[in-house]
Amino acid sequence: MNARMLAFVAIAGALFGFGLAYSTMVKPEVVIDFLMWRDLGLLLVLGGAVAVTFLTYQLLPRIAKKPWLADAFGKHPSEMSARTLAGAAIFGVGWGLSGVCPGPAIAGLGTGNWPLLLALAGLAAGAFIQGRFFAPKAP
Amino acid sequence: MDAFFPNGWMHYLAGGLLLGAGMSLLFAATGLIGGMSTVFTSIWSFFSQAPYFRDARFLSSRTWRLVYAAGLVGGALVWLLAFGEPFVTGIPAWRLLVGGFIAGFGARLSNGCTAGHGICGIASLQPASILSVVIFLATAMITARVVTALA
Repeated sequence: MNARMLAFVAIAGALFGFGLAYSTMVKPEVVIDFLMWRDLGLLLVLGGAVAVTFLTYQLLPRIAKKPWLADAFGKHPSEMSARTLAGAAIFGVGWGLSGVCPGPAIAGLGTGNWPLLLALAGLAAGAFIQGRFFAPKAP
Repeated sequence: MDAFFPNGWMHYLAGGLLLGAGMSLLFAATGLIGGMSTVFTSIWSFFSQAPYFRDARFLSSRTWRLVYAAGLVGGALVWLLAFGEPFVTGIPAWRLLVGGFIAGFGARLSNGCTAGHGICGIASLQPASILSVVIFLATAMITARVVTALA
Protein backbone atom coordinates (compact mmCIF):
# COMPACT_ATOMS: atom_id res chain seq x y z
CA MET A 1 0.00 0.00 0.00
CA ASN A 2 1.62 3.25 -1.12
CA ALA A 3 1.49 6.70 0.46
CA ARG A 4 -1.13 7.96 -1.99
CA MET A 5 -3.50 5.16 -1.07
CA LEU A 6 -2.88 5.75 2.63
CA ALA A 7 -3.68 9.44 2.14
CA PHE A 8 -7.09 8.47 0.75
CA VAL A 9 -7.57 6.00 3.62
CA ALA A 10 -6.90 8.84 6.08
CA ILE A 11 -9.32 11.22 4.31
CA ALA A 12 -12.01 8.53 4.17
CA GLY A 13 -11.47 7.84 7.87
CA ALA A 14 -11.71 11.55 8.63
CA LEU A 15 -15.05 11.79 6.81
CA PHE A 16 -16.22 8.79 8.82
CA GLY A 17 -15.01 10.27 12.10
CA PHE A 18 -16.53 13.67 11.32
CA GLY A 19 -19.84 11.98 10.49
CA LEU A 20 -19.82 10.01 13.74
CA ALA A 21 -19.17 13.20 15.72
CA TYR A 22 -21.68 15.33 13.78
CA SER A 23 -24.41 12.70 14.23
CA THR A 24 -23.59 12.51 18.00
CA MET A 25 -22.97 8.74 17.72
CA VAL A 26 -19.77 9.37 19.70
CA LYS A 27 -22.00 9.93 22.75
CA PRO A 28 -22.84 6.54 24.30
CA GLU A 29 -25.86 8.19 25.93
CA VAL A 30 -27.41 8.84 22.50
CA VAL A 31 -26.88 5.20 21.50
CA ILE A 32 -28.47 3.97 24.75
CA ASP A 33 -31.43 6.33 24.12
CA PHE A 34 -31.86 4.68 20.72
CA LEU A 35 -31.71 1.19 22.20
CA MET A 36 -34.39 2.25 24.74
CA TRP A 37 -36.55 3.65 21.86
CA ARG A 38 -36.38 7.17 23.29
CA ASP A 39 -34.69 8.66 20.21
CA LEU A 40 -34.62 6.76 16.92
CA GLY A 41 -31.89 8.93 15.39
CA LEU A 42 -29.45 6.03 15.03
CA LEU A 43 -31.76 4.54 12.42
CA LEU A 44 -31.32 7.67 10.29
CA VAL A 45 -27.54 7.51 10.67
CA LEU A 46 -27.48 3.85 9.69
CA GLY A 47 -30.03 4.35 6.90
CA GLY A 48 -28.19 7.33 5.41
CA ALA A 49 -24.84 5.54 5.57
CA VAL A 50 -26.24 2.33 4.06
CA ALA A 51 -28.02 4.21 1.24
CA VAL A 52 -24.87 5.98 0.05
CA THR A 53 -22.62 2.94 0.53
CA PHE A 54 -25.14 0.65 -1.16
CA LEU A 55 -25.16 2.82 -4.29
CA THR A 56 -21.36 2.92 -4.38
CA TYR A 57 -20.83 -0.80 -3.74
CA GLN A 58 -23.48 -1.82 -6.27
CA LEU A 59 -22.95 0.71 -9.07
CA LEU A 60 -19.25 1.56 -9.08
CA PRO A 61 -17.98 -1.95 -10.00
CA ARG A 62 -20.36 -1.85 -12.98
CA ILE A 63 -19.06 1.40 -14.39
CA ALA A 64 -15.38 1.08 -13.41
CA LYS A 65 -13.15 -1.97 -13.88
CA LYS A 66 -11.11 -1.19 -10.80
CA PRO A 67 -10.61 1.43 -8.06
CA TRP A 68 -8.55 4.53 -8.88
CA LEU A 69 -5.43 3.40 -7.05
CA ALA A 70 -5.73 -0.38 -6.71
CA ASP A 71 -6.30 -3.49 -8.79
CA ALA A 72 -9.62 -4.81 -7.55
CA PHE A 73 -12.72 -3.96 -5.56
CA GLY A 74 -12.94 -5.82 -2.26
CA LYS A 75 -15.89 -7.71 -0.84
CA HIS A 76 -17.21 -7.85 2.71
CA PRO A 77 -16.65 -11.40 3.92
CA SER A 78 -19.70 -12.60 5.84
CA GLU A 79 -20.17 -16.27 6.39
CA MET A 80 -23.56 -17.65 7.37
CA SER A 81 -22.46 -19.67 10.36
CA ALA A 82 -23.19 -20.25 14.03
CA ARG A 83 -19.96 -18.37 14.80
CA THR A 84 -21.07 -15.24 12.92
CA LEU A 85 -24.54 -15.19 14.47
CA ALA A 86 -23.43 -16.07 18.02
CA GLY A 87 -20.75 -13.37 17.77
CA ALA A 88 -23.39 -10.86 16.69
CA ALA A 89 -25.56 -11.77 19.70
CA ILE A 90 -22.58 -11.34 22.05
CA PHE A 91 -21.56 -8.08 20.37
CA GLY A 92 -25.07 -6.71 20.97
CA VAL A 93 -24.86 -7.46 24.70
CA GLY A 94 -21.62 -5.47 24.97
CA TRP A 95 -22.99 -2.66 22.82
CA GLY A 96 -26.15 -2.43 24.93
CA LEU A 97 -24.16 -2.45 28.16
CA SER A 98 -21.69 0.26 27.15
CA GLY A 99 -23.42 2.21 24.36
CA VAL A 100 -20.10 1.97 22.54
CA CYS A 101 -19.14 0.18 19.34
CA PRO A 102 -15.74 0.20 17.59
CA GLY A 103 -16.14 3.24 15.30
CA PRO A 104 -17.49 5.70 17.89
CA ALA A 105 -15.03 4.38 20.52
CA ILE A 106 -12.15 5.47 18.27
CA ALA A 107 -13.71 8.66 16.88
CA GLY A 108 -14.93 9.78 20.30
CA LEU A 109 -11.34 10.32 21.43
CA GLY A 110 -11.18 13.19 18.93
CA THR A 111 -14.05 14.92 20.73
CA GLY A 112 -12.24 14.77 24.06
CA ASN A 113 -14.35 11.92 25.43
CA TRP A 114 -11.47 10.39 27.36
CA PRO A 115 -13.39 7.70 29.33
CA LEU A 116 -13.76 5.96 25.95
CA LEU A 117 -10.17 4.83 26.52
CA LEU A 118 -11.72 2.28 28.89
CA ALA A 119 -14.01 1.06 26.12
CA LEU A 120 -11.06 0.90 23.72
CA ALA A 121 -9.08 -1.16 26.24
CA GLY A 122 -12.07 -3.47 26.61
CA LEU A 123 -12.51 -3.82 22.84
CA ALA A 124 -8.82 -4.63 22.34
CA ALA A 125 -8.82 -7.14 25.21
CA GLY A 126 -11.97 -8.82 23.84
CA ALA A 127 -10.42 -9.04 20.38
CA PHE A 128 -7.26 -10.55 21.91
CA ILE A 129 -9.15 -13.26 23.82
CA GLN A 130 -11.12 -14.08 20.67
CA GLY A 131 -8.03 -14.36 18.48
CA ARG A 132 -5.92 -16.17 21.07
CA PHE A 133 -8.43 -18.73 22.36
CA PHE A 134 -11.45 -18.77 20.05
CA ALA A 135 -9.92 -18.45 16.60
CA PRO A 136 -11.54 -20.48 13.83
CA LYS A 137 -9.65 -23.68 13.04
CA ALA A 138 -7.57 -23.41 9.90
CA PRO A 139 -9.30 -25.09 6.95
CA MET B 1 -41.98 13.31 14.63
CA ASP B 2 -40.87 14.86 17.92
CA ALA B 3 -41.82 11.67 19.74
CA PHE B 4 -39.34 9.68 17.66
CA PHE B 5 -36.67 12.38 17.33
CA PRO B 6 -36.77 14.61 20.42
CA ASN B 7 -33.32 16.00 19.56
CA GLY B 8 -34.10 16.73 15.89
CA TRP B 9 -33.31 14.51 12.92
CA MET B 10 -31.26 16.42 10.34
CA HIS B 11 -27.90 15.96 12.06
CA TYR B 12 -28.52 12.21 12.22
CA LEU B 13 -29.28 11.94 8.51
CA ALA B 14 -26.47 14.31 7.49
CA GLY B 15 -23.98 12.43 9.67
CA GLY B 16 -25.11 9.14 8.16
CA LEU B 17 -24.62 10.48 4.64
CA LEU B 18 -21.10 11.58 5.63
CA LEU B 19 -20.34 8.07 6.93
CA GLY B 20 -21.51 6.71 3.60
CA ALA B 21 -19.33 9.24 1.77
CA GLY B 22 -16.28 8.07 3.75
CA MET B 23 -17.03 4.39 3.04
CA SER B 24 -17.59 5.25 -0.64
CA LEU B 25 -14.38 7.25 -1.01
CA LEU B 26 -12.40 4.39 0.57
CA PHE B 27 -13.98 1.91 -1.84
CA ALA B 28 -13.62 4.11 -4.94
CA ALA B 29 -9.98 5.01 -4.29
CA THR B 30 -8.62 1.76 -2.86
CA GLY B 31 -11.30 -0.93 -3.22
CA LEU B 32 -11.10 -1.51 0.54
CA ILE B 33 -14.11 -2.35 2.72
CA GLY B 34 -14.13 -0.03 5.72
CA GLY B 35 -15.27 -2.14 8.65
CA MET B 36 -14.01 -0.93 11.98
CA SER B 37 -13.64 -3.88 14.35
CA THR B 38 -10.78 -5.66 12.53
CA VAL B 39 -8.26 -3.05 13.65
CA PHE B 40 -8.64 -4.38 17.21
CA THR B 41 -7.42 -7.79 15.99
CA SER B 42 -4.82 -6.62 13.47
CA ILE B 43 -3.13 -4.40 16.07
CA TRP B 44 -2.23 -7.55 18.05
CA SER B 45 -0.12 -8.73 15.11
CA PHE B 46 2.44 -6.15 16.26
CA PHE B 47 2.72 -7.73 19.71
CA SER B 48 1.65 -11.37 19.62
CA GLN B 49 3.12 -14.41 17.90
CA ALA B 50 -0.15 -16.37 18.27
CA PRO B 51 -0.90 -17.99 14.90
CA TYR B 52 -4.26 -16.28 14.35
CA PHE B 53 -2.73 -12.81 14.60
CA ARG B 54 -0.08 -13.76 12.01
CA ASP B 55 -2.77 -14.41 9.41
CA ALA B 56 -2.04 -12.63 6.11
CA ARG B 57 -5.31 -10.71 6.20
CA PHE B 58 -4.22 -8.99 9.43
CA LEU B 59 -0.55 -8.51 8.52
CA SER B 60 -1.45 -7.04 5.14
CA SER B 61 -4.16 -4.71 6.46
CA ARG B 62 -2.74 -3.58 9.80
CA THR B 63 -1.10 -0.43 8.44
CA TRP B 64 -4.07 1.00 6.58
CA ARG B 65 -6.42 0.05 9.42
CA LEU B 66 -4.32 2.09 11.85
CA VAL B 67 -4.24 5.03 9.43
CA TYR B 68 -8.00 4.69 9.01
CA ALA B 69 -8.45 4.75 12.81
CA ALA B 70 -6.21 7.81 13.07
CA GLY B 71 -8.37 9.44 10.38
CA LEU B 72 -11.43 8.80 12.53
CA VAL B 73 -9.88 10.60 15.48
CA GLY B 74 -8.72 13.43 13.22
CA GLY B 75 -12.14 13.88 11.59
CA ALA B 76 -13.86 13.99 14.96
CA LEU B 77 -11.26 16.50 16.15
CA VAL B 78 -12.00 18.72 13.12
CA TRP B 79 -15.69 18.60 14.10
CA LEU B 80 -14.78 19.53 17.68
CA LEU B 81 -12.65 22.51 16.63
CA ALA B 82 -15.13 23.76 14.04
CA PHE B 83 -18.55 23.17 15.60
CA GLY B 84 -18.48 21.15 18.75
CA GLU B 85 -17.99 21.23 22.43
CA PRO B 86 -16.01 18.57 24.28
CA PHE B 87 -18.21 15.87 25.68
CA VAL B 88 -17.35 13.43 28.45
CA THR B 89 -19.64 10.48 28.86
CA GLY B 90 -21.36 9.76 32.14
CA ILE B 91 -21.70 6.02 31.49
CA PRO B 92 -20.10 4.24 34.47
CA ALA B 93 -16.52 3.09 33.91
CA TRP B 94 -17.29 -0.59 34.52
CA ARG B 95 -19.96 -0.55 31.80
CA LEU B 96 -17.51 0.96 29.29
CA LEU B 97 -14.79 -1.54 30.17
CA VAL B 98 -16.90 -4.71 30.48
CA GLY B 99 -19.24 -3.71 27.64
CA GLY B 100 -16.24 -2.93 25.45
CA PHE B 101 -14.71 -6.31 26.24
CA ILE B 102 -17.91 -8.21 25.40
CA ALA B 103 -18.46 -6.13 22.25
CA GLY B 104 -14.84 -6.63 21.13
CA PHE B 105 -15.02 -10.38 21.64
CA GLY B 106 -18.39 -10.69 19.91
CA ALA B 107 -17.57 -8.43 16.97
CA ARG B 108 -14.38 -10.34 16.22
CA LEU B 109 -16.09 -13.73 16.61
CA SER B 110 -18.76 -12.47 14.21
CA ASN B 111 -16.21 -10.73 11.94
CA GLY B 112 -18.24 -7.53 11.95
CA CYS B 113 -19.74 -4.73 14.02
CA THR B 114 -22.16 -1.86 13.43
CA ALA B 115 -19.87 -0.64 10.63
CA GLY B 116 -18.76 -3.96 9.12
CA HIS B 117 -22.11 -5.77 9.24
CA GLY B 118 -24.35 -2.72 9.65
CA ILE B 119 -23.05 -0.54 6.83
CA CYS B 120 -20.67 -2.58 4.62
CA GLY B 121 -22.50 -5.91 4.98
CA ILE B 122 -26.00 -4.56 4.36
CA ALA B 123 -24.71 -2.41 1.47
CA SER B 124 -23.21 -5.63 -0.01
CA LEU B 125 -26.55 -7.44 0.52
CA GLN B 126 -24.81 -10.15 2.56
CA PRO B 127 -27.50 -12.35 4.18
CA ALA B 128 -25.26 -13.23 7.16
CA SER B 129 -24.62 -9.53 7.85
CA ILE B 130 -28.29 -8.57 7.56
CA LEU B 131 -29.24 -11.34 10.00
CA SER B 132 -26.36 -10.34 12.30
CA VAL B 133 -27.65 -6.75 12.43
CA VAL B 134 -31.14 -7.95 13.40
CA ILE B 135 -29.63 -10.17 16.10
CA PHE B 136 -27.31 -7.56 17.63
CA LEU B 137 -29.98 -4.87 17.59
CA ALA B 138 -32.25 -7.26 19.51
CA THR B 139 -29.67 -8.31 22.11
CA ALA B 140 -28.49 -4.70 22.53
CA MET B 141 -32.05 -3.43 23.11
CA ILE B 142 -32.73 -6.18 25.64
CA THR B 143 -29.43 -5.55 27.43
CA ALA B 144 -29.92 -1.77 27.61
CA ARG B 145 -33.39 -2.26 29.12
CA VAL B 146 -32.26 -4.87 31.63
CA VAL B 147 -29.27 -2.79 32.76
CA THR B 148 -31.40 0.35 33.07
CA ALA B 149 -34.07 -1.55 35.04
CA LEU B 150 -31.47 -2.94 37.45
CA ALA B 151 -29.58 0.34 37.89
